[in-house]
Amino acid sequence: MSDVEEATTRAHHEEWAPGVAALARRFGDLDIAEEAAAEAFATAVERWPADGVPPNPGAWLTTTANRKAIDRIRRENKRDDKHKEAQMLHDNTPPEPLGAIDDDRLRLIFTCCHPALAMEARVALTLRMLGGLTVPEIARAFLVQETTLEQRITRAKAKIKAARIPYRVPSAEDLPARVSGVLAVLYLVFNEGYLATGPDTDPVRHDLTAEAIRLTRLIRALLPEDGEVAGLLALMLLTEARRTARVSASGELVTLDEQDRGAWDKALIVEGHRLVRERLAAAAAGVAPGRYQILAAINAVHTSAGDIRDTDWSQVVALYDQLVHLDSSPIVALNRAIAVAELDGPEVALAAVDRLEDKLAGYYAYHATRADLLRRLGQSQQSRAAYDKAIELAGNTAQTANLTRRRDQLR
Amino acid sequence: MQYLVSVIDDKSNPGSTDRQPAISAFNERLIAEGYWVFAGGLADTTAATVIDNRGEQAVFSDGPFVESKEYLAGVWVWEVPDLDVALKLATEASKVCDRKIEVRPFQ
Repeated sequence: MSDVEEATTRAHHEEWAPGVAALARRFGDLDIAEEAAAEAFATAVERWPADGVPPNPGAWLTTTANRKAIDRIRRENKRDDKHKEAQMLHDNTPPEPLGAIDDDRLRLIFTCCHPALAMEARVALTLRMLGGLTVPEIARAFLVQETTLEQRITRAKAKIKAARIPYRVPSAEDLPARVSGVLAVLYLVFNEGYLATGPDTDPVRHDLTAEAIRLTRLIRALLPEDGEVAGLLALMLLTEARRTARVSASGELVTLDEQDRGAWDKALIVEGHRLVRERLAAAAAGVAPGRYQILAAINAVHTSAGDIRDTDWSQVVALYDQLVHLDSSPIVALNRAIAVAELDGPEVALAAVDRLEDKLAGYYAYHATRADLLRRLGQSQQSRAAYDKAIELAGNTAQTANLTRRRDQLR
Repeated sequence: MQYLVSVIDDKSNPGSTDRQPAISAFNERLIAEGYWVFAGGLADTTAATVIDNRGEQAVFSDGPFVESKEYLAGVWVWEVPDLDVALKLATEASKVCDRKIEVRPFQ
């Protein structure tokens, strides 16, 4: 990559989200903000190789984007917007103090993840507006047509405008619920990256996991006191740390018990453990942990064990017990049963898993877990049938490969 | 910004019928806080008549424009600064009315 290309990429990474956020505040319109930012970057790509990278790329992009936005407003030249336009051209507001830039981005996040928008629209909008991913990139990540995704974003922007979804950080009393909505979007993006679905996608989409981590780091910087933000970041880091060990050279998913723990990313683990310790200290001081913090703690137990045999399973089960209280979903119960198998044996675990059939019969992991437990109990025939069902339902290529091998190894 | 706030009832699973005192109290609050523009409960959909005068002659038909399990039981018009305020009030309204609520902005 040439120096100019590198500078452009870096500027895109660093300046896109604050740029869009500042434009959205100034012009009060996400559509204008997005388009002006995109045009400014396109201009940079065109000009910088010839003119050289400006000394302050961020300021250059801001000025260019502002000019593009004003151009567009002039072009549209709406009758009743004349007055507003004149005001904008003579914007005498003093430059924003540094803290306000962060506030802009926070406002943007809360707008993009607003509960009045459909979940898929929130995800698309967040990746576009804050992540700076292009429409084709997001469409590819979620296996939808570009036109469908474009429509999704357009419709969401139109709703924000028509229904007057505010561009504002929610009030203190609403903040916890709204932050949890934002985290849900980021966790969904991360998970789609970590266990990508579809026959033609890579089993792990590093671009999505990296983007989710980057955005979660941003929220963490903006809301350093929020325990669940720290918890989600730790959870992502400790999961991402195992990424390279998770898929074999032949493209097969490697489960936790068979992973080469030496290949785990130590720096990410250290950072994740530090966050988990921070939250444990808060919990000791009486702050009840939320679900992301508990999930992070479970992952901290796993990543603390140098060998699968050193795993403190009683600790894992205790944490799942805590999680069950917060989240009664059958998937949590399934994961708890997997840990119980290590502590109390496969027979106890199988009984717990079988109780989930009503709710999870359509979920590959339910069948994969049963298959594994039945195999350990020596019930090969039933195990094979469960593997067949799991393979039929699994959407991830690496997972299918792993399940197929395990099935074929049954005697 | 004005929003039409619709109270939606369900014929197969109607909300409770003892909500009037709570709704009146809620209305008092909407008025006191300056959000109230208009409110009204509606008679049953069987009392509705649809008029179509797009053609040569006006046609009257008995009943609502769409037959469905869910129907509009009443409306409010609220004047609030933005959707967050509307959603917050609507969340309370749903409890108060024991029915679903739709919030829709006026153009």
